[in-house]
Amino acid sequence: MSLLSIEGLTVALPKGGDRPDALRDVTLELGPNEILCVVGESGSGKSMTAGAVMGLLPEGVRATAGRVMFEGRDLLALSEPELRRLRGRRIGMVFQEPMTALNPLRSIGSQIGEMFRVHTRLSAAERDARVLALLDQVRIPDPAAAARAFPHELSGGQRQRAMIAMALALDPVLLICDEPTTALDVTTQAQILQLIRDLQRRTGTAVLFITHDFGVVADIADRVAVMRQGEVVEQGPAAQVLNRPAHPYTRALVAAVPPLAPPATRPLSAEAVLSVENLSKTYRKAGFLGRNARVTHAVRDVSLSLPRGGTLGIVGESGSGKSTLARCLVRLLDPDAGRVSIDGQDRLALSKPDLRRDARRIQMVFQDPYASLNPRRRVGELVAQGPMVHGTPRAEAMAQARELFGLVGLDAASLDRFPHEFSGGQRQRIGLARALAMKPEVLVADEPVSALDVSVQAQVLRLLAELREQLGLSMVFITHDLRVAAQLCDRIAVMRNGSVVEEGAAAEIFANPRHDYTRALFAAVPGRGWVPPVAYGTETA
Amino acid sequence: MSLLRRYLRSPAAVGGLVLLLLVVGMAFSAGWVFPRDPLSLAGRPLQWPGASPRFWLGTDNTGRDIAAQVFHGARVSLLIGIVATAISIGIGIVVGALAGFYGGWVDTVLMRVAEAFQTLPNFILLLVLVAVFGSDIQTVTVAIGIVSWPPSARLTRAEFLSLRSREFVQACRVLGMRDARIIFREILPNALPPVIVYASVIMATAILLESALAFLNLSDPNVASWGNLIGAGKNVLRVQWYVSAIPGVAILLTVLAVSLVGQGLNDALNPRLRSR
Amino acid sequence: MRILSLALRRLAASLPTLLLILVGLFLLLQLAPGDTVDALMAQMGGGDPAQMEQLRSFYGLDAPVLVQLARYLWRLVRLDLGFSAIYGKPVSSVILERLPVTLLLMGISLCFAFAAGMALGVLAARRANKWPDALISTLGLIFYATPSFWFGMMGIVVFAIKLSWLPAGGFEEIGTGATGLARVADIAWHLVLPVSTLALIFLATYLRIMRASMLEVLSLDFVRTARAKGLSQTGVLLRHVLRNALLPGLTLIGLQAGTMLGGSVVVESVFNLPGLGRLAYESVVQRDLNTLLGIVFVSALLVISVNFVVDLLYAKLDPRIVADR
Repeated sequence: MSLLSIEGLTVALPKGGDRPDALRDVTLELGPNEILCVVGESGSGKSMTAGAVMGLLPEGVRATAGRVMFEGRDLLALSEPELRRLRGRRIGMVFQEPMTALNPLRSIGSQIGEMFRVHTRLSAAERDARVLALLDQVRIPDPAAAARAFPHELSGGQRQRAMIAMALALDPVLLICDEPTTALDVTTQAQILQLIRDLQRRTGTAVLFITHDFGVVADIADRVAVMRQGEVVEQGPAAQVLNRPAHPYTRALVAAVPPLAPPATRPLSAEAVLSVENLSKTYRKAGFLGRNARVTHAVRDVSLSLPRGGTLGIVGESGSGKSTLARCLVRLLDPDAGRVSIDGQDRLALSKPDLRRDARRIQMVFQDPYASLNPRRRVGELVAQGPMVHGTPRAEAMAQARELFGLVGLDAASLDRFPHEFSGGQRQRIGLARALAMKPEVLVADEPVSALDVSVQAQVLRLLAELREQLGLSMVFITHDLRVAAQLCDRIAVMRNGSVVEEGAAAEIFANPRHDYTRALFAAVPGRGWVPPVAYGTETA
Repeated sequence: MSLLRRYLRSPAAVGGLVLLLLVVGMAFSAGWVFPRDPLSLAGRPLQWPGASPRFWLGTDNTGRDIAAQVFHGARVSLLIGIVATAISIGIGIVVGALAGFYGGWVDTVLMRVAEAFQTLPNFILLLVLVAVFGSDIQTVTVAIGIVSWPPSARLTRAEFLSLRSREFVQACRVLGMRDARIIFREILPNALPPVIVYASVIMATAILLESALAFLNLSDPNVASWGNLIGAGKNVLRVQWYVSAIPGVAILLTVLAVSLVGQGLNDALNPRLRSR
Repeated sequence: MRILSLALRRLAASLPTLLLILVGLFLLLQLAPGDTVDALMAQMGGGDPAQMEQLRSFYGLDAPVLVQLARYLWRLVRLDLGFSAIYGKPVSSVILERLPVTLLLMGISLCFAFAAGMALGVLAARRANKWPDALISTLGLIFYATPSFWFGMMGIVVFAIKLSWLPAGGFEEIGTGATGLARVADIAWHLVLPVSTLALIFLATYLRIMRASMLEVLSLDFVRTARAKGLSQTGVLLRHVLRNALLPGLTLIGLQAGTMLGGSVVVESVFNLPGLGRLAYESVVQRDLNTLLGIVFVSALLVISVNFVVDLLYAKLDPRIVADR
């Protein structure tokens, strides 16, 4: 007997969308006291499904066919006042971005208390007591202070706990979680997942959990539904879908999840092409009259070396200093102390004009495919810009660009299109071509695949591996994702709070992490116990 | 051109464009339709509109043709609007770009100066400039431009600040591009659209400022400005109120047209916002 | 109180701006052809050079520019705004006589424009892109495009001349000797048209800002959360959207304070009100540069104080400001 039954749901998009239907003939079942994970990439319609259940579809988007049966009633047929009575009380919802999902001008306590004010007749004192009890239940440190605090005063993980407390305030029978851990650090994500699992077991709530991460699915799902382009392609118990996927798309998705074991060690040169010694960067925010100055040690005394032709992975969570380090390497930021040498040449000692002239030695690939290309320039020009700035005649530079496009797997005919005509994965390839146009000795890749869908991620990682072989690239690869690091990196340095806590050969660190933090990082990777049944990269969509 | 198509989708924007073209048409044709000097005596004073076939809109208290003044006034208003806006935006973009790109003390100093201009009521500053430098039309136009630059500077600065830290700009720096090239060829084309849209606001303000000055008899009396006519009509407001009413309607329609066009441009450039 | 110290810091930061304004203007005025003495001479119908020399040294106008500037700044610090040759009184007393009228006019107009603009903006945003929104937005645009002096004059024509409901100008009926409540009522009666005129333009601006701000906030994530909690549309508006949407409007008050003061010059001229704006106009015409400088000083002070109050209010409403240091 299912609690929530979505039957043949079709949701139409307004005219001009990239497809006529956001959801087509979607059928899902969720029983009481179980967790159903809806898995899919961007554009699969998984968030739209959640919106349709709650009756919170965006402007212009409407359900045109099907039913959503909840506790025996069709939610699509209910009036708005009736739906409002259900929202919060019988169905709770947790959103992805806790910073923006909470009103920045009101305290946490007042926002959670609002649940009680809207749906019950409790007095103010009773509401406050319940809020404290809820915050305690979600294991927020110092519930009383948290209740008085504003959203910006809490950390990301604490905000999400508050959101979960808010969603569970009235003991709903159904909890919808729309990518609740995607915006969190890996260690925080592990904690929140565990919290959701525990709460679910204790209260017997049914959970509809939306995610794009198969590792998360492996960790918490009882049942799984896979969505693609608005349709459900496969559905069933977790053990079955995860270990014996039937549909080719599911198999391709599973094949795209990078395994957590590093590939075989490659022979590496003994010579270091890039060496970092005692690098430090501190941010000082001036206080009033010299008091209350805030000092942040973004990078503390970091020393690393990159063997020629090898890949050094820098792994860390947000705030670890890895991005700052990357920017110091290319001198987008000037460090306060230390030495960065490429082929023996001290980069930090170069004057600004000399640095500009010698820019080709080290180049960078950026994280955000949408912000890293100038929207007003054609992509061929973007790739040819670098050499042209340094004196290469235009015709030659464009010819090189054409070659590079072929190298990164893009059609040479698309040289005079604009960035917005390409997908995220294609844009990252263009960014890569731009960096390679300068024929750098060292390539710094700052989270180059973090913003991409998992299937596209696999393609770009494969491209990087190929290029590394072909061009003999030496790479510094920044990431927060251990699975991604395992694919490419020969050596790994783990960063935390600005310092390197552990460094060594990838195989060693994966097999035997020594530092506590490294071990915690590994323990927090979702789905680490699950072995994908389809070998990595063998099947594509 | 998809921009044109997006623009034409909004009826208000189309209406504004039509109105603006009418005003421009008036300005262009003023020399043919009313070849005589509009400020010369043309007939009996204070005739009502439609009372005489020669004077469609009547005559003012000194016997000048109101219709002629309206047509020639269109020239004046549009010219002042365009030139003052160009000056204001020119100064604003340079100041804003430098402040936004370099930051640090350059930013502090430039923004202090902008703040100084903005703390002073701009009409009062205009009065001071006119008191010091005189009332001829060139001075008035330049003065209006000088008084209006801070908002466009702040807008440009805000755009530069946000674009400066955008990854494609960082990529240019890593490639080894010079600062000047980055400012003018990479950032500026992306920063300009909101400033261009704001130009319509500045133009509207410029026209209103000049007419206010003219009304107070502080603008150029030898120019057939609409504001001058309204000011002249103040003395005969009791009975011949049309002398002031007509040019006021002209100002209203022109400023309305400019604002609608600006809004239409804004909506066309930001299609995401239109659907709300 | 952290809010107070934050606002005081901003106040201290505006002192250099004030200095910049005053020095800039003083030097600017040195470029003016003719000075107070020339104007006086013109009023008195001419005089011989010896007399002019005497007067110049009396007013201290023969000293080098930098010395005059230093003296001027020193006098300002002691709030001595100099002497008005035209009115024959210290500038500060001339200004103080006229200040209350302008403050009253501006204060009431501001409150009215803000309140009405906000309310209409909320209404327009609630029914965005439907006919109430189109109507309100169009009216707003028309108000914005209307020259204030013209609107005032048309108001006089309709309400004072044709309908005789309201007086055509002036601050109060002179000579009736009314006091207390009767006087207040009389002044209020006289201020109806001027306030409507001055408030009109700013109402249009607040309306547009409020509407845009409401639409912006309505698209933010936490509004979706509020709806997911089961709040009705009204509840969402009142408890979540309004306060957040109010913030840009508040900032706008600070930015518009100067513009409103400038607008009062025109409105006071149309309606013959004995205020600061009118005084500014008169001192330009009569070339009383001392008074003009004094008015500029007072205007700058006024704008800075309004911004100070706005900063306090903003910090009170938005907890992120105080924390972000």
